[in-house]
Amino acid sequence: MKLFVQLAAVLMLSGWGAPSVAGINPFEFDSPEQEQRFKKLSAELRCLVCQNQNLADSDADLAVDLKNEIFSMLREGKSDAEIIDFMVARYGDFVLYRPPVKPTTYMLWVGPFILFVLGAVVLVMFVRRRNRDVLESGELSSDERRRLEGLLREQHDAAGGKRKRNK
Amino acid sequence: MKARYIVPLVGFLALVGLFMIGLGLDPREVPSPLIDKPAPQFSLPDLHDESKSVSTEDLKKHKVSLFNVWASWCAACRQEHPLLVELARQGVVPIYGLNYKDKRGDAINWLNRLGDPYTASAFDENGRVGIDWGVYGVPETFVVDSKGMIRYKQIGPVTEEALQETILPLIEKIKTEEG
Repeated sequence: MKLFVQLAAVLMLSGWGAPSVAGINPFEFDSPEQEQRFKKLSAELRCLVCQNQNLADSDADLAVDLKNEIFSMLREGKSDAEIIDFMVARYGDFVLYRPPVKPTTYMLWVGPFILFVLGAVVLVMFVRRRNRDVLESGELSSDERRRLEGLLREQHDAAGGKRKRNK
Repeated sequence: MKARYIVPLVGFLALVGLFMIGLGLDPREVPSPLIDKPAPQFSLPDLHDESKSVSTEDLKKHKVSLFNVWASWCAACRQEHPLLVELARQGVVPIYGLNYKDKRGDAINWLNRLGDPYTASAFDENGRVGIDWGVYGVPETFVVDSKGMIRYKQIGPVTEEALQETILPLIEKIKTEEG
C-alpha cells in the first residue's frame, strides 16, 4: 500500500505537470518580435472549426495545424501580409476578423452607420412631433374644458364629502 | 390605418423576413475562395501502396472527377459513404479520396469493412494538403474538371438531395462541355 502511494506520488509529480507545461508554449521563437507577430496574427485569424474563436484561443485540431503553419512561415521570413494572403487564398475573407472593404462587404461596414442615421432621424421626428402636440394642446377645446370642469367638480365634491364625514 | 401603426408593422415584418432567411442559412458553410480556381497542386503517397503516388495530375485525366476528403474517425463520412460506393458502382464519375489526418491501418480497415469507392486515395497524414484545399471540416467533396478547375465544393456529407439536385447535374454539364 505504501509503495502504491509512493508510486502514485512519483507519477503525479513527473507525469502530470510536464505535458500541460509543454502544451502552453509549444513554439520556440527566434526573437520576442517574432513572438509578438505570431500572437497578433493568430489573434486576427478566425478558427474555422469553432467560428467564434480566433486561432490563438482555439485548441481545435485545425487551429493547431494552422498555428504551426503560421509559425513555420514566420521562421521562413514571410511577411504578415503574405501569411494573411495564404489564409485568405484557402479559407476566404471569412478567416479575417477584420474583413477588407470591398463590394461584397460594403453592407457589413456601412450597415451600422446607416442604421444609426435611420435611428437618429426617427428619434428627431418623434421628439419634434411630440413637442408640437404638447404646444397645440396648450389650448383646450370647449368640449375638453367642460370635461375638465366636470372632473374637478367631482373631485372637489368627493373630497368635501369625506371631510364632512370625518367631522 | 395611420402611418404610426403601419411603419412599425412593416419594420417588424421586414425583421421577421430577415430572420427567416437567416435561420435557413448554415453558418458552418463558409464559401470557398477556390471555386472556379485551379485545384491546389499536391502529390501524396497512395493510401494502399506507399510506393505509388496520387496527385492533382490524376484528377486531370478525367473529364470530371470528385475529390472527397474523408477519414476513418469522421462520423459524417460514414453517413455519406454508401452514396459514394453506389456512385462508384454505377461508374458515373471517378472518385479520388484524400484520407485526412488518419492512421493508415485504420483507414484501410475502414475501407475493407464499408467498401472502397475510390479510384485512388491520397494519404494526407499531417493534413498539410488539406490546408491547401481549404479543408476545415471533414467530409468535404470537390468537383474538379479536366483542366483541374474546382467547380463546386460540398461542405459536410454528400446527401442524396445534394447529389440529385446539384452534383450530378453539374457533372453532366461538365461532361457535355468537354464533349
